[in-house]
Amino acid sequence: METETRWTVDQVLALAPDATSRKAGAKLATPAPWSGTGTAGTAVWGLCKGSGSKPYQTAVDTRGPAYRCSCPSRKFPCKHALALLLLWAGGADGPMATAGAAGSEPEWVEQWVAARRKKEEADAAGAGAPRASGPADPEAARRRADRRAVRVEGGAAELEQRLADLLRGGLAGADRAGHRSFDETAARMVDAQAPGLATRVRELGAIPASGGDWPSRMLEETALLHLLARGFLGREGLPGPLVDTVRARVGFTVDSAELLAGPTVRGHWLVLAQYDTTDDLTTRRIWLRDSAAGRFALVLSFGAAGRAPQLALPVGVMIEADLAYHPSAVPLRAALGPHGTTTTPPAAVPPGTPIGPALDAYGAALADDPWLDAWPVLLSDVVPIPGPDRWQLADAAGTDAIPLNGPAPWRLAALSGGHPLTLFAELTPTGAKPLTAWSPSSPTPTPVLP
Amino acid sequence: MGGTWEDLVGSALLGTERRRPSGVVGDAEEAAVGLLDAAAVGVVRRRAGLRPGVAGERPKTVAPDPRPELPDAARRRLEMMLTETGRSRQGTAPNLLELLPQWLATARVRGFAAPPALLPALLDIARARTDLRADALAFAGPRALWLAELNPEWKFALRAGGGAVGAASAAGDEAAQQRLWDEGLFAERVALLTRLRQTDAAGALALLVSTWRSERAEDRLMFMDALRTGLSPSDEPFLESSLADRSRNVRATAAELLSALPTSALAGRMAARARSCVSLGPDGITVEAPYECDAAMERDGVAAKPPNGRGERSWWLGQLVDAAPLSTWPARFGGRAPEQIVALPVLDDWQPDLHAAWCRAAVRQRDGAWARALLGAPSARGGPVAAIGDPAKLLAILPVDERAGWVAEFVAAHGLSEAFQMLGVCAVPWSGPLGGAVVDALDIARDGGSYPWSFSGVMGLAERCLDPAAAEQVALLSAAAEEAPNGSPGATAYWSEAFQRLTTTLRLRALMAEELGAA
Repeated sequence: METETRWTVDQVLALAPDATSRKAGAKLATPAPWSGTGTAGTAVWGLCKGSGSKPYQTAVDTRGPAYRCSCPSRKFPCKHALALLLLWAGGADGPMATAGAAGSEPEWVEQWVAARRKKEEADAAGAGAPRASGPADPEAARRRADRRAVRVEGGAAELEQRLADLLRGGLAGADRAGHRSFDETAARMVDAQAPGLATRVRELGAIPASGGDWPSRMLEETALLHLLARGFLGREGLPGPLVDTVRARVGFTVDSAELLAGPTVRGHWLVLAQYDTTDDLTTRRIWLRDSAAGRFALVLSFGAAGRAPQLALPVGVMIEADLAYHPSAVPLRAALGPHGTTTTPPAAVPPGTPIGPALDAYGAALADDPWLDAWPVLLSDVVPIPGPDRWQLADAAGTDAIPLNGPAPWRLAALSGGHPLTLFAELTPTGAKPLTAWSPSSPTPTPVLP
Repeated sequence: MGGTWEDLVGSALLGTERRRPSGVVGDAEEAAVGLLDAAAVGVVRRRAGLRPGVAGERPKTVAPDPRPELPDAARRRLEMMLTETGRSRQGTAPNLLELLPQWLATARVRGFAAPPALLPALLDIARARTDLRADALAFAGPRALWLAELNPEWKFALRAGGGAVGAASAAGDEAAQQRLWDEGLFAERVALLTRLRQTDAAGALALLVSTWRSERAEDRLMFMDALRTGLSPSDEPFLESSLADRSRNVRATAAELLSALPTSALAGRMAARARSCVSLGPDGITVEAPYECDAAMERDGVAAKPPNGRGERSWWLGQLVDAAPLSTWPARFGGRAPEQIVALPVLDDWQPDLHAAWCRAAVRQRDGAWARALLGAPSARGGPVAAIGDPAKLLAILPVDERAGWVAEFVAAHGLSEAFQMLGVCAVPWSGPLGGAVVDALDIARDGGSYPWSFSGVMGLAERCLDPAAAEQVALLSAAAEEAPNGSPGATAYWSEAFQRLTTTLRLRALMAEELGAA
């Protein structure tokens, strides 16, 4: 029988898609509206009285986690699932007193869990024997891949021409022309099936309005885009891992199942950070670190507009999982395989480095992947220093400092109180973005994204 | 290869048709590609070769906060309250933001330290809501002041917070006090004065007198007002001299403070004037209001010009009576007690003026016996409400238990419609009898068939002030009842919802107190 550590209330609350759901879930997390609650194996379930006569059936499989609720909410997880988990997290003194043996679930829970298991196994089996069966028609698949490569090459060549034209006429002209020509070029890249190029071109269009030293930044990004297009056109002459990097940056994706069918890395992954960015769709970035190997991994999860991504891993939990890195000269992005046990490790501050070595590692990674937009670093004994325009992060001992990106990091400052702390951050060419801090007084990680 | 990065940027800005970076060859088109190649090498070199900068001036470190950490559940509760987006009151869900003041007060009393990560949100809300400021800043502690020094938006905490947290720096250190008084910002000086008045009223007065002549009129008024705290006969000479102040508002405030000191010379002069206007005849009290407001009266703070619609003589009379010590009247009326005096008939329709002035005097002089007499019996029909105008102020003088008892009886006799202000001055949580009276009155109002929103003010007050122990009693009321025969359509369902909301809020308050380890 699988035994699970119950999650902490904070971990459950971190799963909520938004603040409203958190509050609604917390309010429902009293025994009154619930009946028929229970837990067995990785399943937690219960019936919650709603406005109608029939109570909602709510169940959570803590593997995943996965949720099921008969309520009409489009939130994910819904408030009932959150409330149920909160009751469960309340511990064995609460209404979810004893964990039953596997098989003691009510029928509707059992069926759902069984269906999930079946699908997982089918996925695993499908992924496990990929090359044997392979695509239905390998020849057709190869022809499709060739056609796409030709189209992307056409796009890259066109982009090269447009960038050269831009530099012939001068960036000052681009400033006057505004967004439009960049948007048009981006649309051409979409047509050429090179979404990675399209995104970079669109971002280029925003730089002239970003003030300050924009021509320098504009030239940097234009040059990197040029390097990418050239890299793709000349990929035959590049080393293998760099080709993978170039393909990924241009916009070729690899299917997660396919990745996981290949070589995987098993580890105990500590969740260092989780945060969302939203444009047309919500992108959730989850940073993991295997404490044994000291290896980082970035797992992305996406949600359609207005919906939270399905994957949620609260900061501070540890998962045991297989993970497959996307092929790249600097492997960071990874696909997350089925993960069994979620545990809360004894709180401990992960070991970090001073600023100098962190920048060295960043430089080495950039040399291998010039298009790297965020490099994970754990910094030990650093102090945030306020500045009139930008804040700095400095070694507690010594004078090394790097600028901090974004608005004034008040949460980080409050945690530090002028004393050194441990910080997990993303390094970018313009400075560090603080994500999670361990304050000197507490070994519990605290998210500090402003 | 191309020249410096600046050289490359210069050419990129102008375009290779006009300017070529050094070392880049070919026609304009080729040069553009050459420029991009050179820039690509340059940018990777720049980025991969990033070196640390030099650290700026470090902030000083915050002193340790010896208070115990907030329990987990309470910390989460606070976090939710701080992220609550002031929704309108609806449904049966409690509005957390309205419970924040109570939560903060409890956390402060329990002596917990605020979680550092929540301090920015706490400072933001203390900035937006002055009513929460004192408790929020006391709870936020020294680390919040440390933060406030870094952020101009939180500067208020350094001034306001001084009273709550940083008092140690000023208490007992006369040199520091004098320096703050001489050099501080206006708000800091007011805070210092108010704080000192609580512990060393004479010292505070001495500080004020030392600079009084050089202060601006508006500032003098605020400083004068601060003397209300710790007011005593030893303030009289200063106040008496301030009756000749250049500013009319300062003069009026000085007179008001003097009249609150029954033994002051001003109170004596006013008593003499009031006595000459009010006397006891065989049929009751006769009133002979003043015929003029002379210069001496004006000097003692009597405003000569009445507000619109008010007769001059009644206006002057009111001011004389409310500034005269109440001890004047038993002596004037044959040793009668306040109750007996209030019961005396007043001739020629002067009763409302006279009683209203006595009410103001009772409030100003904080005279419980007179307040009690003027309030009368709470259950008296057609009772005191109309006659005395502002019973809440009189109630505020009475001891807490007596106040609650009086209001409970009043609510039982008259219902809730006049009770809102009075409930507002009762101690929280409401005493058992008071809470019971309010809940009963709500129940009666429901049976009467009106809509609950006629009572939304009292409902909101009850959510914050009822003892959480009353939750189960209220829960019984929320069970669906039959429509009242003459009731407004649907009222029963709305009442049920209102009571549910009240129940949920009370339970939540009990839970919040428990999370904070309060008994």
